[in-house]
Amino acid sequence: MLEAVGLVQAKVVVREDECKGCGLCIAACPENVLFEQKHLNRLGYHPAGYTGSGCTGCGTCFYQCPEPGAIAVYKKGYVGEEVA
Amino acid sequence: MAEKRLSKADSFYKVYERTPSAIKDVTHYCPGCGHGVLSKLIAEAIDDFGIRERTIFMSPVGCSVFGYYYFRTGNIQCAHGRAPAAATGIKRAYPESIVISYQGDGDLAAIGGNEIIQAANRGENITVFFVNNAIYGMTGGQLAPTTLIGQKTTTSPFGRNPANEGYPIRVSEMIATLEAPVYVERVMLGDAKNTNKVRRAVRKGLSNQIDNKGFSLIEVLSVCPSGWKMTPVQAKQWMNDFMLKQFPLGVYRDRSEEIPVRESQRHVFSVDGIRDKLELPKSGEQTMQVEKPAAEFMNPRLKLAGFGGQGILMLGLMLAEAGMRAGYHVSWIPSYGPEMRGGTANCHVNLSERRIGSPVVSKPTVLVALNQPSLDKFESEVAPGGLIIYDTALVPNPPKRKDVKVLGLPATTIADELGNTRIANMVVLGAYVGYSRILPKEVVFSALPALIKRKNLLPLNELAVEKGMEFVTRMGS
Ligand SMILES: Cc1ncc(C[n+]2csc(CCOP(=O)(O)OP(=O)(O)O)c2C)c(N)n1
Ligand code: SF4
Ligand code: SF4
Ligand code: SF4
Ligand SMILES: [Mg+2]
Repeated sequence: MLEAVGLVQAKVVVREDECKGCGLCIAACPENVLFEQKHLNRLGYHPAGYTGSGCTGCGTCFYQCPEPGAIAVYKKGYVGEEVA
Repeated sequence: MAEKRLSKADSFYKVYERTPSAIKDVTHYCPGCGHGVLSKLIAEAIDDFGIRERTIFMSPVGCSVFGYYYFRTGNIQCAHGRAPAAATGIKRAYPESIVISYQGDGDLAAIGGNEIIQAANRGENITVFFVNNAIYGMTGGQLAPTTLIGQKTTTSPFGRNPANEGYPIRVSEMIATLEAPVYVERVMLGDAKNTNKVRRAVRKGLSNQIDNKGFSLIEVLSVCPSGWKMTPVQAKQWMNDFMLKQFPLGVYRDRSEEIPVRESQRHVFSVDGIRDKLELPKSGEQTMQVEKPAAEFMNPRLKLAGFGGQGILMLGLMLAEAGMRAGYHVSWIPSYGPEMRGGTANCHVNLSERRIGSPVVSKPTVLVALNQPSLDKFESEVAPGGLIIYDTALVPNPPKRKDVKVLGLPATTIADELGNTRIANMVVLGAYVGYSRILPKEVVFSALPALIKRKNLLPLNELAVEKGMEFVTRMGS
């Protein structure tokens, strides 16, 4: 849950369980803030991860990702629940 | 503030209960597959337009066969290539519904090539998403109609050779030559900019349908990393470098602006219009009053059989026509022998107080056999307690069944005596209605002019019917 004041920073959340490690989000992120993680997830893929800062909330990764629930992007000023 | 959050669309199920897989929150698509991305764009648009409750997603055969696992909409999984035909039916029956025909290149451009052309040409008010990944993904990477020249697939191991496999088909260009389609665009699930164009095209295709403007087809170039044997990132590059040349992006037809927003239209057939065509009284007006026959003759299922040329089909039509005038539900279907003339012909007729489920008569309650082969062939089918009528003049070996009623009459001889052998069918008609009392003479007579074009033959036909009726009256006395 996020506090109701809204996000000061945009952010991206990868739901690792649903990520197939295709790398399309990583290749497309204009800010280069996504990377391939070392560990394997339950599906046997190296999931994508967020470096933790620098996401602008542009949404590119969301629209590159084939998995409905693997990525969520929260834009600056977002108020509400975290879903992914 | 949903616009400030990009996350899984509501038009997807949260949990994919329908998948047999133990893992119920990821799709079956390979890593990087374009189908997943397009699905997301469609689901997002369904959310945003608020049309989930009335959307019906038609899945094809191909990797996207399991659309119904994921889309929280109405779903139909169609026979290979037939989604546009099924979509046509759904849309016409439920014009308020939003019907999405989602198809791959094998599905749409190979086995379903004709379906899509006809649906587009009719201008069906549906939205078609055509995923062109230049391959049959599902079956392991065979050549598709859209496979590029030189592209290696399992069935073109040396690369597609136009001399052998022809050229890649440009579906958008082809469909755009037709008059009816409203909107045809080719887009590509490539970089962010191109993907955004796909997003816009998806929305435009759907809003055209919402506004009842007509047929939209969006061709989406899409990667198949598994079929192409590449990593997802390489696949995107390859699509950009090679597919684009063969399949230029762009709008191939767009009449969205010139067509006004319309109300949805049900294809209405006026019942009275049809009754009028059939020369029947308007609905509500009285059909001819007929007395019901004895219970054993009610709701007959008839099979009528003989040589082609004996007027078997006409006999069936006559019964159906007269039955209709008496207010019965009726059906008539012909079944031709390999050669119409000289061969055997038969037809199936139902007269029923209830609606008729199937016009096919497999267990007739009445068999009319005007020659020996017909009797031999169908005698065993007759329901116990049923009736077999046969022409004693042409059937030397009478029926053997002991559990049915049998009515033999020399129909052809009687017809000959009337001066026209070909009128034997009407003699049989008279005998049947006289015997069963299913229809009174006046109703039968009222039906004759509808089917007998040469009016000077009407008296002869009436006479033949009367002779048949007389025969059974004499028989009974
Ligand atoms: C009547 C019939 N013929 C052939 C097949 C085999 N078959 C299954 S999917 C497919 C083609 C799939 O290719 P495409 O439509 O391009 O879909 P993709 O998997 O690439 O998305 C074929 C030929 C079938 N299932 N049914
Ligand atoms: S939203 Fe944009 S900046 Fe943020 S991770 Fe995704 S692609 Fe990168
Ligand atoms: S695009 Fe989606 S599935 Fe692919 S690596 Fe990124 S989050 Fe994972
Ligand atoms: S085979 Fe190709 S089209 Fe099918 S799921 Fe895999 S990547 Fe997608
Ligand atoms: Mg394909």
